[in-house]
Amino acid sequence: MDICLLLYWEFCKIGLFCIGGGYASMPWIQAAVVDGYHWLTMSEFIDIFTISQMTPGPIGINAATFAGTKIAGIPGSIAATVGFVTPSLILCLGVTWLLKKYGDISAIKGILNGLRPAVVALMLVAGLSFLYLSIWNVETLPEDISAVDAKGIIILVLAFAAVRRKMGVISLLAISGLLGLILGVVGL
Amino acid sequence: MPDMQNLTIRPGSGRFYWILFKSTFLISAFTVGGGMVIIPLLKVKFVDEYGWLDDKETLDIVAIAQSMPGVMAVNAAIMLGYRMSGLSGTLVTLLATILPPLITMTIIAYFYDLFAHNQYIQLLLKGMQCGATAIIINVVFNLVKKLFKKQLALPILIFLGTMIAVLAFDVNLMYCVLADAAIGLLLLRDAKYN
Repeated sequence: MDICLLLYWEFCKIGLFCIGGGYASMPWIQAAVVDGYHWLTMSEFIDIFTISQMTPGPIGINAATFAGTKIAGIPGSIAATVGFVTPSLILCLGVTWLLKKYGDISAIKGILNGLRPAVVALMLVAGLSFLYLSIWNVETLPEDISAVDAKGIIILVLAFAAVRRKMGVISLLAISGLLGLILGVVGL
Repeated sequence: MPDMQNLTIRPGSGRFYWILFKSTFLISAFTVGGGMVIIPLLKVKFVDEYGWLDDKETLDIVAIAQSMPGVMAVNAAIMLGYRMSGLSGTLVTLLATILPPLITMTIIAYFYDLFAHNQYIQLLLKGMQCGATAIIINVVFNLVKKLFKKQLALPILIFLGTMIAVLAFDVNLMYCVLADAAIGLLLLRDAKYN
């Protein structure tokens, strides 16, 4: 039961602080679930992110459910997911009420203007951990930076070129996966 | 224009709640691509088919949903439900939005443990991880470019300061965001920052 309460509370905090949705929720989930409690490894976390791109549903909910299930089964998945949406529920109803009553929201706009650049910085930091894992299969910059994963670099470069040419997310992920399989079987 | 027959189903009736639940659930279950895809579909249902909301209300809600913390689709569902029939409407739309991903991901989480240790699945996932990395790096790259293009000193300082605080000094993300929110509240209320 305790673990469910902890899951609820941690995902409450994630739900409160992840502003900007989707990609912007990753640094928060990573901070709590990967770095903080070690409930998931970075690799599992990126798998959730990848799976989320191809399954219906927002990444925040998907990560909450996935982490919750792995840690405490179905009760855990419910606790984490309900925790994740609790701040939304309170804040959205609160703002709807405030807007009805006062109408002026320049203070809220100011706060959001301050948060937007911060969110970009946090996403950049999360992106760096993704990059380390792709190139070196570790979560932080390794001491021996020559121990690279060749197939990781090849796929990364090709995928980046494809993204810049606006390839769709799902076909990109599918092709990257196939490339990983082929290069791995060939022996790179 | 809403169907005349549909107009007889008014918010608050039992049939209203059933249709509300069923349509939100199905849209959430089968829509890949997140909030920006889910919300237009909800709009088609509630505004165009049933006339439970009008266009302007929906657009206002989307604007707020986007800027609130949490998941945009969930935020929008909460507020759309509230606008249509108060707290009970919120409860119905919220449940119908989060149940499908909850069910899908619980199944995938069980399935994942069984398959993730298979060598071929691992290679597949490794490839997909690299693809995902390219996607996220591209998203960040575009956002940073946009931020610098605006040439406003304070937002750029917030970006650099937050990045250095987290990368070099390992400052807790939560303190960073609270500090940046305070800066925004005090200094960034001018319309040029919107």
